[in-house]
Amino acid sequence: MFDLSLVEARDALRAKKISSRELTGAYVGAIEQLNPQINAYITTTPEAAMAQADAADAALAKGEAGPLTGIPLAIKDLFCTKGVRTTAGSKILQPFIPPYESTVSSNLLRDGAVFLGKANMDEFAMGSSNMTSAYGGVTNPWTRRGDNRPLVPGGSSGGSAAAVSARMALGATATDTGGSIRQPAAFCGIVGIKPTYGRCSRWGVVAFASSLDQAGPVARNVEDCAVLLGSMAGFDAKDSTSADMPVPDFAAACKRGVKGMRIGVPREYRMDGMAPEIEALWQQGLGWLRDAGATIVDVSLPHTKYGLATYYIVAPAEASSNLARYDGVRFGAREPGRDLTELYENTRAEGFGPEVQRRILIGTYVLSAGYYDAYYLRAQKVRALILRDFTEAFEKVDALLTPATPTAAFGQGEKMDDPITMYLNDVFTVPVNMAGLPGMSVPAGLDAQGLPLGLQIIGRPFDEESVFAVGAAIERAAGFSTLPTIRAGI
Amino acid sequence: MSLDPATVRRIARLSRLSIDDNQVERMQSDLNGILGWIEQLNEVNVEGVEPLTGAAMMAMRMRDDVVTDGNLQEAVLSNAPDREGPFYAVPKVVE
Repeated sequence: MFDLSLVEARDALRAKKISSRELTGAYVGAIEQLNPQINAYITTTPEAAMAQADAADAALAKGEAGPLTGIPLAIKDLFCTKGVRTTAGSKILQPFIPPYESTVSSNLLRDGAVFLGKANMDEFAMGSSNMTSAYGGVTNPWTRRGDNRPLVPGGSSGGSAAAVSARMALGATATDTGGSIRQPAAFCGIVGIKPTYGRCSRWGVVAFASSLDQAGPVARNVEDCAVLLGSMAGFDAKDSTSADMPVPDFAAACKRGVKGMRIGVPREYRMDGMAPEIEALWQQGLGWLRDAGATIVDVSLPHTKYGLATYYIVAPAEASSNLARYDGVRFGAREPGRDLTELYENTRAEGFGPEVQRRILIGTYVLSAGYYDAYYLRAQKVRALILRDFTEAFEKVDALLTPATPTAAFGQGEKMDDPITMYLNDVFTVPVNMAGLPGMSVPAGLDAQGLPLGLQIIGRPFDEESVFAVGAAIERAAGFSTLPTIRAGI
Repeated sequence: MSLDPATVRRIARLSRLSIDDNQVERMQSDLNGILGWIEQLNEVNVEGVEPLTGAAMMAMRMRDDVVTDGNLQEAVLSNAPDREGPFYAVPKVVE
């Protein structure tokens, strides 16, 4: 049962070879067995899942199957789910039960999906290790060869990625502000795509940095991601930045091949101190695409090295504004105070963890009178230059291939001493968010210690189809079939 | 630019975050580390570059200024930490 991919499970359900009750029941059992160890879920909803499975079986019996009817998924705890607690990984939202459903999760329910529960994540999606969650870290299902010490799954969508990797869900929703889909997908040996900004509605997704946040799926393979994104995406009048464009057939694009495509190699992504296996894997990936009929072209993205510093002005600035709403008055946790100001200050100091507080303070500072031009305005100008680099590169090529991360997964508790060391994880992913482009991470090989490594494919705005075509070509050539140490079904 | 303890306290106040004295030193060092690292943007020539505010590759849509939703008082108040009837309750602000 656990060996079926999402697409295979969908086909088996339609052919009546399995029922959603059997499939969902198996995943509910896997969560019971593995969640105490992995901590991929903050909240589980097994009874609701089984009821949804029965409804799916009834629909299948009547021949009324939608694209995801009966498929059990994990929902990142950043998506509001009606009547089901939504914490954003934060203590401040511990009591929050949304009275409404996010557009993305509504779209999945419309298409028949079954929800297993809410996936763990870094607090307010701020982190690259899942260690900032108020509900405990997540353990990566992978371990180094001959070394059982727990590793991080990456972040912020660490629970989503670990759940899919350990086979505690057939797929999951995730979000990506600076790499939060692609980095955990790479660390957990699965596929994740951040679509173009505007492709998925942000309505009902707890906001971090509104000009960067974008939802997308993580799943076991490229085609599974294509099916999930096809359901999640689409125009929504309730999000003023939602793109009013038709949703293409992403699954069909996976079968397109790369013959005649021009693939760019940005020379600035060759970093000092990058693991030699990552450089070798990158070259291998380019070789696979060349063998499949693509032409490889050197390109330059000269402002790449400024992406992270720009991000750490823009994202905290937007976060400090978005997180002003957590005041202990209208929803969420409250800490008493002698007067209203003290109530606000106590509520926020008690409810937010250290990384979130750091980012609120940085954001408040860079937006404060006298510093706005020196920091925020300058960062927005550098952001324009980062976008211009990509625009010029895409005059010469159809897609870019880069490593997804500078290293494989690291140990729990590592890189915690200094915030900037943690931030460097996102060096290859952040520029894509700054420019609003689609980016995918595909597992392509293992490092010397047996941990998965991902390659990143970057596409033109609203050309996820090319990203899927290249991702599927890499997947076919890589034949990545190694499974993590900890998983259901063994 | 380097933050002194008074500035850290002022930003915390603007952010409505209470911080005690032994946190000020840690925050000051973290924030100065981050701000020092961000200084690298000063080497970029941004002369004549228009700032980019967002990644949406389109103009913001306008909609008719009409009510699209409403009459959801109970739903809106359902997560209030404290309420009195149809109102949010907070400590007394007017003597």
